[in-house]
Amino acid sequence: MTSLVLLDHEDGQIKKAALSAVTAATRLGDVHVLVTGGHAVAQAAASIGGISKVLHATDPCYAHELAEPLAALIVSLAAGYDYILSSAGTLGKNVLPRVAALLDVQPIPDVICIVNANTFVRPIYAGNALATVQSRDKKKVLTVRSAAFDAAPFTGEAAVIEVAASVPESVVSTFIAIHLSVSERPDLETARVVVSGGRGLQSEEKFKILEPLADALGAAIGASRAAVDAGFVPNDYQIGQTGKIVAPELYLAFGISGAIQHLAGMKDSRVIVAVNKDPDAPIFQIADYAIEGDLFDVVPQLTKALV
Amino acid sequence: MKILVPVKRVVDYNIKPRVKTDGSGVETEGIKMSMNPFDEIAVEEAVRLKEKGVATEVVAVSIGVQQAQDTLRTAMAMGADRSILVLSEENLEPLGIAKLLKVLVAREKPGMVILGKQAIDDDMNATGQMLAGLLGWGQGTFAGKVDMVAGQVHVSREIDGGTQEISLRLPAVITADLRLNEPRYASLPNIMKARKKPLETLDVGSLGVDVASRLSIVSVTAPPSRSAGVRVGSVSELVEHLRYEQKVI
Repeated sequence: MTSLVLLDHEDGQIKKAALSAVTAATRLGDVHVLVTGGHAVAQAAASIGGISKVLHATDPCYAHELAEPLAALIVSLAAGYDYILSSAGTLGKNVLPRVAALLDVQPIPDVICIVNANTFVRPIYAGNALATVQSRDKKKVLTVRSAAFDAAPFTGEAAVIEVAASVPESVVSTFIAIHLSVSERPDLETARVVVSGGRGLQSEEKFKILEPLADALGAAIGASRAAVDAGFVPNDYQIGQTGKIVAPELYLAFGISGAIQHLAGMKDSRVIVAVNKDPDAPIFQIADYAIEGDLFDVVPQLTKALV
Repeated sequence: MKILVPVKRVVDYNIKPRVKTDGSGVETEGIKMSMNPFDEIAVEEAVRLKEKGVATEVVAVSIGVQQAQDTLRTAMAMGADRSILVLSEENLEPLGIAKLLKVLVAREKPGMVILGKQAIDDDMNATGQMLAGLLGWGQGTFAGKVDMVAGQVHVSREIDGGTQEISLRLPAVITADLRLNEPRYASLPNIMKARKKPLETLDVGSLGVDVASRLSIVSVTAPPSRSAGVRVGSVSELVEHLRYEQKVI
């Protein structure tokens, strides 16, 4: 059994979530990876442990990872593979369902456990239920939750092979621009500690009170949907059913009431701390440590206690 | 231009789902059902495009049980002009849904299909991408902003690291993310008007599509539950717990 893993990368770095997808693929047999981008990314891919081949798509049509050409490429390579995987990030979720449709396969998103070669566990209903599903498709197309699999180490020396562009479909999409949030902080999805804020932060200005605390903890900063909708922080901060799924060692929730959609994105964290004025906030029902109080008092105190 | 908007009837987003005791699925009997919230956003966007004069007609489609009529009436109360219900007693997977939608697209010839990025029941996030693939159309997934520019549709997409802007030739498929718009509430007069709008019912078998499931459900279980921990009275107490008991800081 051989898998092809589509790697996501940013700023020339392979994302940790992609390394988790590689780990999942190694449980299914031999692993090849497909990577777009420059030479440095391909070289980094070659050093991932447990893989035997890197396919490097160098044609400029793949530079912006548009779904249409990338899916066509993967379909052209698919004959040699039993599994096609990626992390469950926005790249994989954009491209792999299209691949699956073109291969006449029902994709299996957000896999958290591989039971056997054709049986997988995935959360449904915002993680309020876990479905074990068995696929009848010959080829399987999967996306993998990064929190469920360790990242593959950089201990390998695989060969890099350039792959030519597949016969292009007519060009239906064009890249215009990308706007990436610039941050010195760790990646939200793989950070060891996450400091997260909700509507209780009140404004974009006041949300910044979390920054010194995050600095002191070496933490990533996240937010609830309410905080993102209110414009306190950009959309890529959102944690929840439809945002990012995190499972850090320590999750600190400030001014977040705990809608089930938010809990879906963080309830697998090892230790959860919640600070909220409302004694009945649902987040207290899953928090290991709860402080009922004003976050604008608690955050500076906590920051001071840590530096 | 016509816009096709597929909508799904799901367990209302305010209801905490309960796993059936026999492990076969999630309880839906006697539970409040509503339009998938992302599909509401899709309907709203299509109606706004009509209000701007970009679209001439908005057609809502649902594939499911008879009661999905209610979901279609909601879409029409929000401003869709007419509806198609494809009756299916079986719970279909995105692959089957995408194939059925492809048949409807061939019949209706829309310039755009707008749908929610994912349904909040199976959380698949796949139907739009699969439909675009089957049609060979461009796809603007996780759309946070949609604009018509010189005959093409510009989509601002919410991606992991920020946003990406792309331009698509029409026809195209767009999947709606949370912040694309804030859906309107249907007014009472519009709800009344929607009752008179045309709703066509087709049997799934009449469309000549193989919709057999590819995945079988082995079991559906409740996730391991977390229980409430301790209330701590002060920050110093919290720090002690985190430092000495949990050793996380």
